[in-house]
Amino acid sequence: MAIQHTQNISSIQEAHVTSHAEEPNRRDFLIIAGNAFAGVGGVIALWPFIAQMNPDKTALALASTEVDLSPVKEGQAITVVWRGKPVFIRNRTPDEVKAAQDVQMKDLRDEVARNDNLAADAQATDQNRTTKGHENWLVAIGICTHLGCIPKGQAMGDEKGEYGGWFCPCHGSHYDTAARIRKGPAPRNLEIPPYTFVSDTKIKIG
Amino acid sequence: MSSHESNYQPTSRFGKWLEERLPVGGLMYGQFIEFPTPRNLNYWWTFGGILMLCLAAQLVTGIVLAMHYQASAAEAFNSVDHIRRNVNYGYMIQAMHAVGASMFFVAVYTHIFRGLYYGSYKAPREILWILGVFIFLAMMATAFMGYALPWGQMSFWGVTVITNLFSSLDSIIPGVGTAVVEWLWGGYSVSGTTLNRFFSLHYLLPFVIVGLVALHVWALHVVGQNNPAGLDIKTKSDSVPMYPYAVAKDVVGMFAFLILFAWFVFFMPDYLGHSDNFTEANPMVTPPHIVPEWYFLPFYAILRAIPSKLGGVVAMFGSIVVLLFVPWLDTARVRSAKYRPIFKWFFWLFVFTCLALGYLGALPAEEPYVTYAQIFTTYYFAFFLIIMPIVGIIETPKKLPGSITEDVLGPGAGKGAGAAVAASPEAR
Repeated sequence: MAIQHTQNISSIQEAHVTSHAEEPNRRDFLIIAGNAFAGVGGVIALWPFIAQMNPDKTALALASTEVDLSPVKEGQAITVVWRGKPVFIRNRTPDEVKAAQDVQMKDLRDEVARNDNLAADAQATDQNRTTKGHENWLVAIGICTHLGCIPKGQAMGDEKGEYGGWFCPCHGSHYDTAARIRKGPAPRNLEIPPYTFVSDTKIKIG
Repeated sequence: MSSHESNYQPTSRFGKWLEERLPVGGLMYGQFIEFPTPRNLNYWWTFGGILMLCLAAQLVTGIVLAMHYQASAAEAFNSVDHIRRNVNYGYMIQAMHAVGASMFFVAVYTHIFRGLYYGSYKAPREILWILGVFIFLAMMATAFMGYALPWGQMSFWGVTVITNLFSSLDSIIPGVGTAVVEWLWGGYSVSGTTLNRFFSLHYLLPFVIVGLVALHVWALHVVGQNNPAGLDIKTKSDSVPMYPYAVAKDVVGMFAFLILFAWFVFFMPDYLGHSDNFTEANPMVTPPHIVPEWYFLPFYAILRAIPSKLGGVVAMFGSIVVLLFVPWLDTARVRSAKYRPIFKWFFWLFVFTCLALGYLGALPAEEPYVTYAQIFTTYYFAFFLIIMPIVGIIETPKKLPGSITEDVLGPGAGKGAGAAVAASPEAR
C-alpha cells in the first residue's frame, strides 16, 4: 500500500515537473495564487499578536507629567516618575553650577549633550545640559547609562562620587554636577528628558 | 497500518545526517504526508483538523491574554476591561478567546456526534474513543475554570454552584463534601484565592489536552481512520495519501469554520456570553437566573431534572461517564448508521434530545420544563444503556458495499487494477 502511494506522489511530482517545463496550467495558477493568499493572510494575522506587546493606552497616557519645583530649596533634590522612569531634579548651589561650567570639553568622557531638547550633536557644556535662565536646575533621567541602575546622590547623606554629582554603586560610575560621566564604566552622560518651564517654578516633562 | 513504513528519502546532506540521528522527518512524512486515508471521507471528517486549529487558537490567544490579565479578586474584572479597551488589539484577541471556547465546543460536539453516527468507537477504535472522552472532560474543566476568570457575576456564581456539586458527598459521608468544597475554594467561600488557583489550572490543563490529543492522534494512526461506510482499508485503491487529498479537504472545512468564527468575533463577540457577567462579582448578591455557558446547558438540564441533590450530580457526571462504555454497549455488527435502518432513527432522536436538553437547561427550573427535562434525561440514558445493546441485536443491517472503493464508485468497481487507476482522483 505504502509503495503504491509513493508511486502516486512521485507520478504527481513528475507531472508537475513536465507541466512546468511546458506552459503553467490552471492548477499551477490556483496553487500559487491560493498559497500566496494564505501566506499573506497568515502574516497579516500574526501582526495583532506581536503588536499586543507594545505599550498600551494606559502606558501612553503617562507620556507627560508636570512637576512643581517651588518646594525644592537650593541644594535639595527630588526624584519624580516619568514613563515609569526616575527623573532627577536638583536645585544646584552656585558652587555646583560654577564647578560644572568650568569643566573643559577635553576632560569629559562623553562630549555630547544628550539633551532631548537640543540637536543630537550639541556639545556637553553645562549651558547645553540646562535651560537658559534656569541654570540652577538640573533635570536628568536617573538611570545609569552603563546597565540601568539608579545612581546615588539624590538624598542628603548619599555618596555623590568624586565629582560631587551622582555615584552609581552597581559598578562605580561617577557623574559630575551636570550629570556627565567622568569616571567608571558608563559610556554616556545621563539623558536629559524633553522638558519645558511652563512657569518659573513649574516644568512639564515629556 | 501500524506497520505502515515511511518511504521518506531526505534529499539534502543535512536531512540525511539528521534522519540517521532523529528520524522526525520520516515520521512526519509517513504519518502526515503519505499516510493512507480512506477515499470516501466526507466533510464531517474535517472536524478533527478543525479541532486542532481550535486548540492552537485557544493556546495562542490565551497565552497573550495571560500577559495582560491579573488573577486577583480586586483586579481581574478591571483587567479584562483593560484588555478590551487599552491593550493593542486586545478587543480582538479577547473576543477570539471567548468566542473560541464556544467554537471549540461546536466542533467537538460535531466530532462526537459524527463518531456516534458512523460507529467510530467500535473495535479496534475503543482506546481512540476513550481518549476522546478524556479530552472532552479536560475541555469541560478548562472551559469552566476559564469562565471564572473575568470575575463577573456569572463567573462567580457559576463557580459557586458547580463547586457546590461536591458538597452533595455530604449525603454519603457527612462532612466529606464540605471538606472537599472548602479544599477546592481555599476558604469558606469562593474568593480571590479560588480565582488564583483556577487561573493556574486554566493555564495548565490545555497542555494536558495537548498531551491527550497527541495520544488520540497516535491511536488514530495505529488503527487508521473510520469512514462513512465503516469499512476497513483492504486494497490500495481504497485509500489516498493524506497529502494533498485529506489535507486539502480539511483546509476547505477549516475556512468554512473560520468564516463562522470570524463572524462572531467581529460582529457579535459577546452574543454567546451572558449580560450578567458585565457586572463585577458580588459575593452578597446572586443574579436572579443562573445559567452556565451554552455548551454546558444539556448537562445542567440533567442535573436539575433529578429531584435529589446527590442524584442530580450522579446523573450529570454519569451522562459523560456512560460515553466511556459505548464501545461495549453497542452490539451492532456494522459500524456505520448509514446501514442501520432502525438505529438511525434512534440516533437522530438522541441528537434532538441533546438539543432539547440544551434548550431546557436555559429555562427556569419550574414546571412544565422540569418534566420535559426528566423525559429527555430518561431518553439520554436509555439511548446508551437500552437502545444501543438491544437494537444492535435485533436489527438487520443493510447490505454493505464490497469495499471503500465500491462505496465511492459503485458495485464492481476496483476489481481490476486498471479501473481503479483510471477513475482515481490522481488522474488529471
